[in-house]
Amino acid sequence: MARAVTTQRKAINTTFAWIIGLLIFFPILWTILTSFKTEAQAISDPPIFLFFDWTTENYSTVMERSNYGRFLWNSIIIAGGSTILGIMIAIPAAWSMAFVPSRRTKDILLWMLSTKMLPAVGVLYPIYLLFIQLGLLDNVYGLTFILMLINLPIIVWMLYTYFREIPAEILEAARMDGAGLKSEILYVLTPMAIPGIASTLLLNFILAWNEAFWTLNLTAAQAAPLTAFIASYSSPEGLFYAKLSAASTMAIAPILIMGWFSQKQLVRGLTFGAVK
Amino acid sequence: MGQISLNQVTKSFGDVQVIPPLDLDINEGEFVVFVGPSGCGKSTLLRLIAGLEDTTSGNIAIDDKDATALPPAKRGLAMVFQSYALYPHMSVRKNIAFPMKMAGIDEASQKAKIEAAASALNLTDYLDRKPGQLSGGQRQRVAIGRAIVREPAAFLFDEPLSNLDAALRVGMRLEIMELHEKLKTTMIYVTHDQVEAMTMADKIVVLQAGVIEQVGSPLELYHKPRNRFVAGFIGSPKMNLIDGPEAQKHGAATIGVRPEHLSVSKTEGLWEGTVGVAEHLGSDTFIHVHNTGLVDMMTVRITGDIEVRHGDKIYLTPDSTQIHKFDAQGLRQE
Repeated sequence: MARAVTTQRKAINTTFAWIIGLLIFFPILWTILTSFKTEAQAISDPPIFLFFDWTTENYSTVMERSNYGRFLWNSIIIAGGSTILGIMIAIPAAWSMAFVPSRRTKDILLWMLSTKMLPAVGVLYPIYLLFIQLGLLDNVYGLTFILMLINLPIIVWMLYTYFREIPAEILEAARMDGAGLKSEILYVLTPMAIPGIASTLLLNFILAWNEAFWTLNLTAAQAAPLTAFIASYSSPEGLFYAKLSAASTMAIAPILIMGWFSQKQLVRGLTFGAVK
Repeated sequence: MGQISLNQVTKSFGDVQVIPPLDLDINEGEFVVFVGPSGCGKSTLLRLIAGLEDTTSGNIAIDDKDATALPPAKRGLAMVFQSYALYPHMSVRKNIAFPMKMAGIDEASQKAKIEAAASALNLTDYLDRKPGQLSGGQRQRVAIGRAIVREPAAFLFDEPLSNLDAALRVGMRLEIMELHEKLKTTMIYVTHDQVEAMTMADKIVVLQAGVIEQVGSPLELYHKPRNRFVAGFIGSPKMNLIDGPEAQKHGAATIGVRPEHLSVSKTEGLWEGTVGVAEHLGSDTFIHVHNTGLVDMMTVRITGDIEVRHGDKIYLTPDSTQIHKFDAQGLRQE
């Protein structure tokens, strides 16, 4: 028998879920609201929630002062590039771990994950020096490469999990049908793993888009993405909350919209294998 | 085309040797069935031939060419899997076309071959469907279609009918046999079902723990099982194997009598027992007889129907020309 849920119980659950959801969303909402206030209203005490004079002045100031388009373009190149590069490396890696595991495969997976436990600042110095040597400081390609490395363990892990769900017999059938390794991965494995690959792409794009440590430390002007664009509005001389909020809103808007449209895919990807 | 020889082939997984050194020759055009209980290494053997597993030692030759180190794609064999292993994201047409696409065959010939395979396998109406929209039997036909269009040196079947229901299984069995008659291509077929083995094979290879117990035609195996294992494995219902004094009377450690070689009487006979369960099939009756003092239970097969009830006293007499004798090692004595 299905568990009976009373209407009252349902109402309580729904209210509770809404509260949690709004709590999580509140900082973003507050940022968006603040971006439409004047600087004075933005720091007024007590804070004003909805009833203020809406203005788009902050946006025009931000647009005048900085070249939003260039930051946006850099973000797209860095997040997109690192994601695509990462996927290209991770698919063969995850294939080998899922379908031809060795005795040490589990250890390699754990080792890869362990690199994520190291605080990024721990390797800042060596990487910074390397970047100086290689002339990659403030270079989009250098940053793309670093972000790819940073997220590679997660991409490989996710793909490995998806690939494990694919019956090995189908790949064997492809081998019997005359497919070499390249054809097997290209025509059989990849199309079958599309939902998994898509959600990995999405998640990784979001992670790379939001990454702030490396993007702030390894760029100055040329390669600076939107994270640096936000940071440029938190000045030590005084905080311009409204402008900072406008910059933040502009930085998160693209990813927020993308996330909204692909949420179904994302959720499916993240719970893939768990529900079956 | 389609001659396969295995020479001193072994396979180990880690420290466990699943196939001790094994020799086997499969002739061109033969229908060979590997049969044995589960875990006997029959699927492993097939996968070694396919190239899906590497041999630990020994070599495999296909048409007199050493294929031991060749990848599956280069061996020119086609395989039908138990789970069908169709490509779920491709239509039936694309599934069947896949091996030809891999071989670089031009689209026009691909099309002609797909049409031919589809009409031979009654799949013409389903060519644009995805495997998920097909029934089990249809999926298995697609898998066979995919194998046919390759024009392989040999077909490998890995328990292809186990996922089908009983009625479909009999139908598909006939279809595969007809296919063999038509194509005359070597076929190697793995099954644990000895009925499939008996009905389909030109040659049966009985395996136990990776060791070939006997190779022979179905009737050779039935009439002259080389040892106790084959005697017990081939034939349905199973052969009655009797140890002890009764066997010694025949100068053997064990004697075997097939259920169909026992005659039944309610009044007199060599061995006396009581009726346990009687299975009435209409054409035949299987009677399970207890308390013979020879074995726990003996099975008798009677053609037609017979009126027996649970607990009835019954007499059994073996056909003296049909008694199989085995020595203490379980080997056949003549």
